[in-house]
Amino acid sequence: MSIQVKDASIFYGDFKAVEDVSMSIKPKSVTAFIGPSGCGKSTFLRTLNRMHEVIPGAYVEGKIQIAGQDIYGPNVDPVAVRRKVGMVFQRPNPFPTMSIYDNVLAGNKLNSKRIKKSEADSIVEGALRGANLWNEVKDRLGKPGMGLSGGQQQRLCIARAIAVQPEVLLMDEPCSALDPISTAAIEDLIHELKSDYTIVIVTHNMQQAARVSDDTGFFNLKAAGQPGHLVEFNPTKQMFTKPDNPDTEAYISGRFG
Amino acid sequence: MTNTEPSLNEPQLSHATLPRGAQWLVGVAAVALGGLALVLGVGIVGAAVIALLGFLIGYPLWALLVENRRSATDKLVTGLVWTAFAVAVIPLIWLVYTVVSRGAATLSPEFLTYSMRSVTGDEQGGLYHALIGTLIVTGIAAVISIPIGIMTAIYLIEYGKGNRLAKTITFLVDVMTGIPSIVAGLFAFALFTLLVGPGTRFGFGGGIALSLLMIPTVVRSTEEMLKLVPDDLREAAYALGVPKWRTITKMVLPTAIGGIVTGVVLSISRVIGETAPLLVASGFNPNLNTSAFDDSPMMTVPVFIYTQLSEATAKGVEYAWGGALVLFILVMVLNLIARIVGTIFAPKTGR
Ligand SMILES: Nc1ncnc2c1ncn2[C@@H]1O[C@H](COP(=O)(O)OP(=O)(O)O)[C@@H](O)[C@H]1O
Ligand SMILES: [Mg+2]
Repeated sequence: MSIQVKDASIFYGDFKAVEDVSMSIKPKSVTAFIGPSGCGKSTFLRTLNRMHEVIPGAYVEGKIQIAGQDIYGPNVDPVAVRRKVGMVFQRPNPFPTMSIYDNVLAGNKLNSKRIKKSEADSIVEGALRGANLWNEVKDRLGKPGMGLSGGQQQRLCIARAIAVQPEVLLMDEPCSALDPISTAAIEDLIHELKSDYTIVIVTHNMQQAARVSDDTGFFNLKAAGQPGHLVEFNPTKQMFTKPDNPDTEAYISGRFG
Repeated sequence: MTNTEPSLNEPQLSHATLPRGAQWLVGVAAVALGGLALVLGVGIVGAAVIALLGFLIGYPLWALLVENRRSATDKLVTGLVWTAFAVAVIPLIWLVYTVVSRGAATLSPEFLTYSMRSVTGDEQGGLYHALIGTLIVTGIAAVISIPIGIMTAIYLIEYGKGNRLAKTITFLVDVMTGIPSIVAGLFAFALFTLLVGPGTRFGFGGGIALSLLMIPTVVRSTEEMLKLVPDDLREAAYALGVPKWRTITKMVLPTAIGGIVTGVVLSISRVIGETAPLLVASGFNPNLNTSAFDDSPMMTVPVFIYTQLSEATAKGVEYAWGGALVLFILVMVLNLIARIVGTIFAPKTGR
């Protein structure tokens, strides 16, 4: 599903965190957001599945369409949006009371969906295979999810997100809490998931953006205390070779404040 | 001070230290000092204080002479902390010892299974009626307080998030925490005087009085437990397309359940020994009364202790201690349950 954003401004109460972002995200591609801390990458990402409004006083102006539907339209249920647009967070957050098996099925279990055991088994296996975790955990599916390593926990969270069969997967710095080997495993996974999902990833790591993404958006602050904005949105190749904007070049080459 | 100045190029990393077991040496000396004071005719308390002061001054002083200031301060503060700990713990152990040793003699099958029906003078009887009464009254309080308390806490943490209503409720809960327990009893008594008739004392009234005391503790402890569930987990559930109320009932509550149950059980053990409100609201009764809603008084263990003690006979005092031991055992069992439940439901890390 493609995502169209038009003049989105994002607020925390009176504070305008992001201003006038417009972009068009292609279906079944990986789009990366880069930029300095505090410029609103996470904030913007969270508006794409209506997670932003979970924070009291937070709201969005402008238009965001997914597959042609305005997700902020008057009759749109945010819960339905979130079922279509999954999310993986910066810190792995498996549910501590649940086993690995139940964590993968959490989307069904928490919604009290009754499914047959055989069907549940195949969802779990499919999602864990999809997240490249099956071989590591297939012998201990009943063990707590918290018992896995950080990298495994993050892949468990990805499995949990894809088990509800979303169309879009949002990832907010999914590797920033992980070691290089786990990071490589997740990057490989992103490559594979691209054939089924539209992926949007925030990353602090320029090489990672270059390695995994098709398009890149560079966010920046005009000045301290000002809202963040989208400086440039282009195919990743172009972005890392001859960017349109001198600020982008400065940031990418490391010559930045 | 006879410190050799450490040269700038070679910072001194080691220094002279007290011999091993120095604290025992000082301890023995301090005890000897106390013994001497005792022999000289200072009372036992005075001697203990002298021994303690001897240790608290002597040990750091020695360290100051041999080692350095930091080490001396460390020893002084360590000594003070241990003293404070002992001051806190000694009365507790003493209390437990007294209750057990004085109550154990009275505790018998008869004491536990007989009421005081038509018992006069030194005839035997028991606290069966009071035990049943306490279980009924506390049970009523729990049935009222637990749902109200937990749901209030859920509102405050999950929905209120600092809005005006939530702030008002929090303020009222704080005020309720501070209500003197006898006022809760008087309130229940006055309420049922209005609703039922003058002088109404019955089990349900006692239950209402106790629930007034219990609700704020349940709210507070549940709130603390809900706050411990990270927002990360709530967001993870929302991101899976789980509505808020399901997130609360199926994820947040199960994650916090261990702590919530522990808090609830502790709040029960907090009110189970309340005397004044029950004296006022459910009254005295030498007979077994198993009906909380009949307009007749219901005896409870704390009130039983109080009545026995006010008999001021040898047997009355004995029975009061027996009742105290029973109450103590009830509270210990509840605390034990709280601990067990806490560990059973604690989120598993599985490492
Ligand atoms: N929950 C919040 N409440 C208020 N302001 C917030 C909140 N979260 C983030 N912000 C502000 O929004 C701006 C963008 O933050 P964020 O989206 O986290 O940046 P990034 O992910 O690019 O580092 C920052 O100025 C930050 O202080
Ligand atoms: Mg961020």
